[in-house]
Amino acid sequence: MAEAKYETHEYDVVVIGAGGAGLRAAVEASAQGVKTALVCKSLLGKAHTVMAEGGIAAAMGNVYPEDNWKVHFRDTMRGGKLLNNWRMAQIHAQEAPDRVLELEEWGALFDRTHDGLILQRDFGGHRYARLAHVGDRTGLEMIRTLQQHAVHKGIDVYMECNLQRLLTDGGRIAGAFGYWRESGKFILFKCKAVVLATGGGGKAWKVTSNSWEYTGDGVTMAADVGADLMDMEFMQFHPTGMVWPPSVRGILVTEGVRGDGGTLKNTEGKRFMFNYIPDFFKAETADTEKEADAWYEDKRNNRRTPDLLPRDEVARAINSEVKAGRGTVHGGVFLDIASRRPADYIQKRLPSMYHQFKELADVDITKEPMEVGPTCHYSMGGVRVNADTTATTVPGLFAAGEVAAGLHGANRLGGNSLSDLLVFGRRAGLYAAEYVKSFSGALTINHDQVEEHARTMLAPFESKGSENPYTIHADLQQTMQDLVGIIRVESELKQALEIIQKLKQRSQRVRVEGNRHYNPGWHLALDLHSLLTFAEAATLAAIERKESRGGHTRDDYPSTDAKFAKVNVVVRMKNGELALSQEPLPEMPAELKALLEENK
Amino acid sequence: MADQQVHMRVWRGDAQGGEFKDYRIAVGEGQVVLDVIHAIQAQQANDLAVRWNCKAGKCGSCSAEVNGKPRLMCMTRMNLFQPGETITVSPMRTFPIIRDLVTDVSFNFKKAREVPAFKPKPKEPDGTRRMFQEDIDRVQEFHKCIECFLCQNVCHVIRDHDDNKPAFSGPRFFVRLAALEMHPLDTNDRMELLKQKAGIGYCNITKCCTEVCPEHIHITDNAIIPLKERIVDRYYDPIARLVGLFSTKNK
Repeated sequence: MAEAKYETHEYDVVVIGAGGAGLRAAVEASAQGVKTALVCKSLLGKAHTVMAEGGIAAAMGNVYPEDNWKVHFRDTMRGGKLLNNWRMAQIHAQEAPDRVLELEEWGALFDRTHDGLILQRDFGGHRYARLAHVGDRTGLEMIRTLQQHAVHKGIDVYMECNLQRLLTDGGRIAGAFGYWRESGKFILFKCKAVVLATGGGGKAWKVTSNSWEYTGDGVTMAADVGADLMDMEFMQFHPTGMVWPPSVRGILVTEGVRGDGGTLKNTEGKRFMFNYIPDFFKAETADTEKEADAWYEDKRNNRRTPDLLPRDEVARAINSEVKAGRGTVHGGVFLDIASRRPADYIQKRLPSMYHQFKELADVDITKEPMEVGPTCHYSMGGVRVNADTTATTVPGLFAAGEVAAGLHGANRLGGNSLSDLLVFGRRAGLYAAEYVKSFSGALTINHDQVEEHARTMLAPFESKGSENPYTIHADLQQTMQDLVGIIRVESELKQALEIIQKLKQRSQRVRVEGNRHYNPGWHLALDLHSLLTFAEAATLAAIERKESRGGHTRDDYPSTDAKFAKVNVVVRMKNGELALSQEPLPEMPAELKALLEENK
Repeated sequence: MADQQVHMRVWRGDAQGGEFKDYRIAVGEGQVVLDVIHAIQAQQANDLAVRWNCKAGKCGSCSAEVNGKPRLMCMTRMNLFQPGETITVSPMRTFPIIRDLVTDVSFNFKKAREVPAFKPKPKEPDGTRRMFQEDIDRVQEFHKCIECFLCQNVCHVIRDHDDNKPAFSGPRFFVRLAALEMHPLDTNDRMELLKQKAGIGYCNITKCCTEVCPEHIHITDNAIIPLKERIVDRYYDPIARLVGLFSTKNK
């Protein structure tokens, strides 16, 4: 019996990941009265959510009363180049305001309007100032509020515990298996439902804003038990990461800089974004500097500055400027708020940007421009879920947040991630609890399944090979950076696939030194499986989508293609191999379609 | 800039003991101590244990002592040190060692559970929550805390006195308690906890915590001292005590 051999815990719902989505899911499941565990691979409160800067998008209408869920829905769909799951976009826009207000009930302190309500800021692709925020450290406020709430509710938290495999019984979720980072000992959870809230896989790229945690665990665990993945070709490259010095390359510079008045300039001093307004956004984008600047104060009579086009547009524009020789010597462009806003305003609105540039780059952003360039930031794709319940295609398995696909379509708008975590985190907890309550069968843990996982996970200690896990990881990052980056082309994507296959073989020969006790080399060796699966799925899907749309740009297919506007690319494991299919988007009801067609 | 070689001394070991090990490694432009630790990990010691997440001073994971000073490794630039200077990196001393630079910080998570929860007053008649920026500025300062626990590490009440730990929450939690006490909506009372179990009386305001805070929170001046004053007002104010005596008699 596996239960006798390994430390075993029994729960109704196990939530994997303790960022915004996982915390919110655990809080909800626990409130529904089911026995819930929250398992995370870092310490509590350190998950990726903590790094989120700009804010939570929610049409509360505190700054612009004409804002409402319909406008937010429209902005989200258009930002995602209409590939979003319409139902998720609708639920998200409708429920986000309640989720923000709920955080306030739990102690969060957002910046205020003059009449004492939650202040909202401008962000790319949002028609109105819509992001509830706390300076430029909104994610910290959010995670701390949720974390403290979860602690007060007495939810069991397993920290620095890395779950790596899902266990099934007759195709249903029956548990999860992994290890304690501290002791290296295995741990087994028996449960009826699992909520994946594990985030993305951006650590497969070299220049990234993502931390060590973003190794594609959730996507891989789901695929390994047969769940569908979707939209894996859509990777968001955030337009503004730091570029200099080399050691900080990729660290995020919040879109709030542009939301608060900063503009992008090339080395000729030109505000180049005016040259990159696509037809799709022409009607709603300012075409003169005068109108763009007036928009910050008066949105009724002016159109939005092109500096705040959706992220995919801005990232491509920066890429083009640098390629055309109008970039800085370090391969970036300038982001200037110093010449446009007073120093005390900048310090008040963007304290952590000020601090970050001052300490890490010796740049005073109140006096000089920042140097920025695109950085791998967010995975729009992930595990395919039911829009209402977050249920995946595997019974008992739910997914919320970045690990899930659908809400953001081909490109995510800034601010829509934190709201996504809250809206669908709550729903995942709710529907996982419902599933558990309505499930009456017996589940057994398959001893052989567990033993097989245990053997694979210990293999790097006994390996006769001599591969260094860090080297394989670095090689993968370089490959994805060079061949599966912002601009893609079939020959390079195929080359990437070949390299990934070789890296998979090399990863079988990984050898780690030391013992199981808090051993990062071993941890990374185990993460290679998910990093490589994530990278392979992303590359396969990128080959399949022969058009350019949102976060997926093909040099060999530079325009959108009406045929591909109607399908999602789905990836699923078949006989141990990832297989592709194109599946039709769900049909949008006429009343929602009408919302999209309204121009202003 | 050509890469420069540096001499790093990194503590390696576990709860049973350990020692400083020497590493010579190339340093690139703009690097921070955490970059160098990562380079050692990738090239020379795959199993070197270290915590990190954001690498941008936002998550508070990579706390350690660099040349004896408590710091976030991700925010400590290598050019802070003289060329040729040996750089010593050791784990935080106040917490038990797990392995290498990783310590057992569960003390802090235990203390977090003792804090009475946020309990908001009723909403405004129009169903909203109204708070004004000038009333929340001071609390937002406390909410900047990234829980790096450097303040806990440096606090001399517990740094070399494990025996004080059960009766003392430490600066991180005084900041947390101050944030709750000064929250315009909160109605819970935490004075008894502060005085007894959190042991704020142990603090003799040497400001070590404030000095090491990477978020530059004025821990001592803005959190601890006002809390101490509230306790004095509640428990030791002579007039209040007199009134208290009378009211007891009258009961």
